[in-house]
Amino acid sequence: MCPILKIKGAFMAKKSKVVRYNKWGYIFLIPFLVVFIIFQLIPLASTIYNSFFENYRSGLTQIGPNFVGIENYKTIITNGDLPLYFKNTMIMWILGFVPQIVLSLLLGAWFTDPSLRLKCQTFFKTVIYMPNLIMASAFAMLFFTLFADSGPINSLLIQIGVFKEAFQFMSHAGSVRGLVATMNCLMWFGNTTILLMAGMMGIDPSLFEAAQVDGATANQIFYKITLPLLRPILVFVMITSLIGGLQMFDVPQILTNGTGDPMRTSMTLIMYLNKHLFSKNFGLAGALSVYMFVITGILSLIVYKFTNSEKN
Amino acid sequence: MAEKKKQSGGGIHFRRLIAYIVLIIISFLCLFWFYVLFINATRSNSELSAGFTAIPSSHLVENWVNLKNGTLPIIRGMFNSLIIAFLTATLATYFSTMTAYAIHAYDFKGKKFIFTFILMIMMIPTQVTVLGFLQLIDKMKLDNSAIPLIVPAIASPAVFFYMKQYMDATLPLSLVEAARIDGSGEFRTFNQIVTPLMKPAIAVQAIFSFVGSWNNYFTPALVLHDDTKKTLPILIAQLRNADWLKFDMGQVYMMIAFSIFPVIIVYLILSKHIVGGVTLGGVKG
Repeated sequence: MCPILKIKGAFMAKKSKVVRYNKWGYIFLIPFLVVFIIFQLIPLASTIYNSFFENYRSGLTQIGPNFVGIENYKTIITNGDLPLYFKNTMIMWILGFVPQIVLSLLLGAWFTDPSLRLKCQTFFKTVIYMPNLIMASAFAMLFFTLFADSGPINSLLIQIGVFKEAFQFMSHAGSVRGLVATMNCLMWFGNTTILLMAGMMGIDPSLFEAAQVDGATANQIFYKITLPLLRPILVFVMITSLIGGLQMFDVPQILTNGTGDPMRTSMTLIMYLNKHLFSKNFGLAGALSVYMFVITGILSLIVYKFTNSEKN
Repeated sequence: MAEKKKQSGGGIHFRRLIAYIVLIIISFLCLFWFYVLFINATRSNSELSAGFTAIPSSHLVENWVNLKNGTLPIIRGMFNSLIIAFLTATLATYFSTMTAYAIHAYDFKGKKFIFTFILMIMMIPTQVTVLGFLQLIDKMKLDNSAIPLIVPAIASPAVFFYMKQYMDATLPLSLVEAARIDGSGEFRTFNQIVTPLMKPAIAVQAIFSFVGSWNNYFTPALVLHDDTKKTLPILIAQLRNADWLKFDMGQVYMMIAFSIFPVIIVYLILSKHIVGGVTLGGVKG
């Protein structure tokens, strides 16, 4: 055999061997793809499909499913439900997110500041991260009992003389929203702190040293060096938190027993979805899901763009 | 010059003091609720209605016995939660490692597309597909069963992403190559060489998946209907739904403590791994 053919033969053999191995790439992907298609892709398609049909129960009679086009999409906007619940969700998210990010930036800056040399860092990090792992529904139930009219917080506040009589935390829009925001903030600021710390530790230390040599104060270093360099990770934290905030459910659901009281001021989008799912109003639930899907989809794209540009 | 140095030294001490004070206040705010929960779980109903104190009482066991013999099937609920969370964590970590290995170790057509695709769907919340999901499991006769809560964990994009990152950093392909030369089959290589090397990452993600499933309320509440199948978060919601004023408040606190403290204890044992494992991705609230 001529040598060139021999080499070609060896090359072919090697190539086919590689191909033989690489088919295992597909085989190992099968479980993920099959489960994903069955339990997420098909449900997504049928959710979208449902959103175009009128399909609910009125008393004992089943209405639909009848094709109604984009009527469901119009209905939840025009009857004011979607705007109202979106507003509630956003208010509670902002109330929780602003203190959360301020606290996290402050703690992150302190933990990573080499000149400060804080002791017991592990202890503090362990404590601030702990609320993140607590069952949100149990935490909300705990807050509900603690802030009840005859609960321990009220009796404590009366004992030390802040109030003369029990403050009804559950009957004021401000206090219910405040409690939801407080719980969300408590549950997530530890997580955010740790994420921001990772970002801060990634900043070149020589920048800080140079600034210190030039006589910059701690405040100046924070505002002029740390904060600008941290912007990509801050955007990431904010958008992932926004996506999580749009899914806000467990805490307000348990705290208000699903009613969103007082006067639907603490009803979130997912609580509304949950309500339609229980009453089997599939048309409106579908339209609401599609709205949520589009919003989170856009937000995810932004996160994806950011994490990728960061890598490059 | 010397004066300036002294001044900045004083500034450091002052800033350190402020930092410690703020940290202590924040730690207090984090721990206060759980302390009150513990205290109240040890007090009887009449003691609880008398007002707030910071000293534990002696009714811990009594509250527990009352709760156990009460109307809520909490022991059953705990077992349901444990089984679902354990199986979810196992499936999520094993199959996510497998998916990550497929992307990491092999070259095939469409690999880049699939990787990008998984990253894109990572952030899509389960809530937006839950309507179709419920209809589907109804058709599959899986309604009121734990299977639709466990099996979907096989496709966990966030766990996959973590595993992929970890493999990029720690799993050399030469090792896989060496196993091949020694005649190990691909599947065996994955199970006996790759998975043991991934143990640290698997441990971290197993904890997160377990806790996520243990705490999950939204989907289980829509899927499970029988009292004997319900998980702890659903029982908590039932407790909230009941006319709770008639309840023995000692039992209510005991119930909350029962769902919170096991996680706290496990967390304190494993906190080093958990806090270290947070930094790589995931959706937050």
